[in-house]
Amino acid sequence: MADKNQRQELKKIKKYNLKKYREYNKQMRKKRVPESEYLTKMKNPDNIIEFDNLQSYFYTDVGTVKSVDGVTFDIPRGKTIGVVGESGCGKSVTSLSVMRLLQGPQGQIAGGEIRFNQQSTGRALNLAKVSMKEMEKIRGNEISMIFQEPMTTLNPVFTIGDQLCECISLHNPEMSKKAVEERALETLKMVGIVRDGILKNYPHELSGGMRQRVVIAMALACDPQLVIADEPTTALDVTIQAQILDLLRDLKDKINASIMLITHDLGVVAEMADYVVVMYAGRIVEQGTADDIFHHPAHPYTIGLMKSRPMLNQKVDRLYSIPGNVPNPVNLPEYCYFKNRCDSCVEACSGPYPSLVSLSDTHKVSCHLHQGEAAHKKQTGGKQNA
Amino acid sequence: MPNEYVVEVNDLKKYFPIKSGILQRTTGHVRAVDGVSFRIQKGHTFGLVGESGCGKTTIGRSILRLTDPTSGEVKISGVDIGKLKKKELRPFRPKMQMIFQDPFSSLDPRMPVGEIIGEAVKEHNLVSRSEYKEYILKVMKDCGLRPYYIDRYPHEFSGGQRQRICIARALALNPDFIVCDEPVSALDVSIQAQIINLMKDLQEQRQLTYLFISHDLSVVEHISDVIGVMYLGSMVETGTKDDIFKEPLHPYTKALFSAVPVADPDIKMKRIILEGDIPSPSNPPKGCKFHTRCSQCMAKCKEEVPVPKDMGNGHIVSCHLYD
Ligand SMILES: Nc1ncnc2c1ncn2[C@@H]1O[C@H](COP(=O)(O)OP(=O)(O)O)[C@@H](O)[C@H]1O
Ligand SMILES: Nc1ncnc2c1ncn2[C@@H]1O[C@H](COP(=O)(O)OP(=O)(O)O)[C@@H](O)[C@H]1O
Ligand code: SF4
Ligand code: SF4
Ligand SMILES: [Mg+2]
Ligand SMILES: [Mg+2]
Repeated sequence: MADKNQRQELKKIKKYNLKKYREYNKQMRKKRVPESEYLTKMKNPDNIIEFDNLQSYFYTDVGTVKSVDGVTFDIPRGKTIGVVGESGCGKSVTSLSVMRLLQGPQGQIAGGEIRFNQQSTGRALNLAKVSMKEMEKIRGNEISMIFQEPMTTLNPVFTIGDQLCECISLHNPEMSKKAVEERALETLKMVGIVRDGILKNYPHELSGGMRQRVVIAMALACDPQLVIADEPTTALDVTIQAQILDLLRDLKDKINASIMLITHDLGVVAEMADYVVVMYAGRIVEQGTADDIFHHPAHPYTIGLMKSRPMLNQKVDRLYSIPGNVPNPVNLPEYCYFKNRCDSCVEACSGPYPSLVSLSDTHKVSCHLHQGEAAHKKQTGGKQNA
Repeated sequence: MPNEYVVEVNDLKKYFPIKSGILQRTTGHVRAVDGVSFRIQKGHTFGLVGESGCGKTTIGRSILRLTDPTSGEVKISGVDIGKLKKKELRPFRPKMQMIFQDPFSSLDPRMPVGEIIGEAVKEHNLVSRSEYKEYILKVMKDCGLRPYYIDRYPHEFSGGQRQRICIARALALNPDFIVCDEPVSALDVSIQAQIINLMKDLQEQRQLTYLFISHDLSVVEHISDVIGVMYLGSMVETGTKDDIFKEPLHPYTKALFSAVPVADPDIKMKRIILEGDIPSPSNPPKGCKFHTRCSQCMAKCKEEVPVPKDMGNGHIVSCHLYD
């Protein structure tokens, strides 16, 4: 009996997925997407990117995985936004959504907008809707990406010179071959690589740290508006990590780009980010300035994360530990996703998922413990962290 | 019993031959471990830190004789295990165990959890047949694993739970000494804390001695009593946790510590950024191996190998600045 129900359930999922795949393929086949479908307006012209209720789902055989489920935040010009959370919380899917690199048709942007403030044309584009052709022009151009594993970006069979020069001449078709090579060497120098014959080297001839620097050089060769760095230093040793972070910080100022820095390492975020977004199971549980998040964390998950991490030169006998595991991404409950691990539950927590409330102009949290505070703050007009 | 040393390592070396050409002739050696000495007191944790490739895993494997050292001496509870024959080594095996970084590949996917934990227990006849199941369940309980997991398979578990299974497997043999090779590096922060707490509890209950290998300095600081810092196969500094963290002496230790990001945006560390990359261990720099990246390098650093010097309280540093 149970078996039969289960089979019926699976059949239903399959049918639903097929419908979704067909819709997706139809959309992808369109050569031209009319402007009206993707032109939009920035909420604030100082932002480079505005995520507005982004939903990115995977339609899998066991059901719909809501990897990113209603994510809203802005990336202001020239600022670094840190996105933190533990593995599987949806950080990479968020970044892949911006680049439209989700593995379709299983992975799709199911809803919401990703507004992009395109400087070259002065238009605001909804990246969730633009055609793939349009996207290819933006990708690696106005938006660059640095992955954890530099070999995702580098091609093992071409030399560093080939790859970097191609990148440069693509953006500067008028440049002579010699000028392109000079620019390539210049860019490598910017990332601290000065070495004879580097342009003739293959990626495998370089160390991990060097490769990551080459990827950064390629990202910079295009003078991007936004650099998305997804765990850029996770595979590197700390002393090399320090070099790379130093470099990213330096370069951001030089080219005045924004950085979306994705990492599971709170230390890296504290060091780099102006604003921080904390994700849990596909949703934002808390967001604010670095000061809001590190000095006045409000969500029990954020607080737990901070406490469970041992800190250099701070003695504790026992680490605080968050019990249990991250919930199954397929059948998420109606109530707060953190409830079965939370040590501060109140009665309201069994009710609906808590909405995101503002604790100050910059600080937002989604937790029942704070539902009353927003209203209170407005009355007193006080700002906690001012 | 003060100063009872469970592990003593003297001038340990492990060179891996580099073979090349069609004849596979040995053309050089990777000096993975290049003359390392240290010892670990019973019930203590020795934290071994250093960047990837500096030889940490090779030390762990050499101590357990999972690989034969090129030279040097390893004593476990006073016995020079390098001199033992395979058969003589066998009774020692259960006493020294290893926990690995990757709880995914170190568990046989075809075996249920109970069997994974109990396999070696049976092999070494550690408990009678009638007590066996109860014994396994007790170990599982100690490691925070539910009784009904005993018939489940590894793929049904998350990373943290799999690491618990690995710990239970090691613990079931009632070891004195465990080499923990990056045991929490693959786990999420909130799960890391669970595993670290578990390891500390078990250590207290059972008087376990740990060699705790990690590249994560804050984790090492939290769990260790004594710390050793390695660079390119050599131990550059050892000392108590307090001495090493409060007053690091070796320029490499200082650079390493200053590179760790701090989870507080107000603290802007004065960072020592090391130039360049780690040289190859098959052709390490002459003299002090760190001299190619050291900001305080002197003339003699390029020629003479610095000898370990005791600065008091067992704080040992190998650097010409302290000659
Ligand atoms: N290709 C895929 N198919 C199905 N599920 C996926 C796929 N890629 C990611 N997911 C799921 O989406 C969720 C978020 O993944 P991801 O964004 O990669 O997490 P992270 O925060 O570690 O970067 C996870 O639950 C993951 O299992
Ligand atoms: N079986 C092996 N054959 C050849 N070289 C090896 C072998 N195992 C390790 N090495 C080399 O020895 C050095 C030390 O490695 P390892 O002990 O694994 O370092 P760590 O654990 O500190 O990262 C590295 O340069 C590595 O490439
Ligand atoms: S809403 Fe309730 S269960 Fe969720 S984090 Fe807040 S207090 Fe904990
Ligand atoms: S011996 Fe010389 S080169 Fe080596 S760490 Fe000391 S000062 Fe630096
Ligand atoms: Mg990721
Ligand atoms: Mg290792």
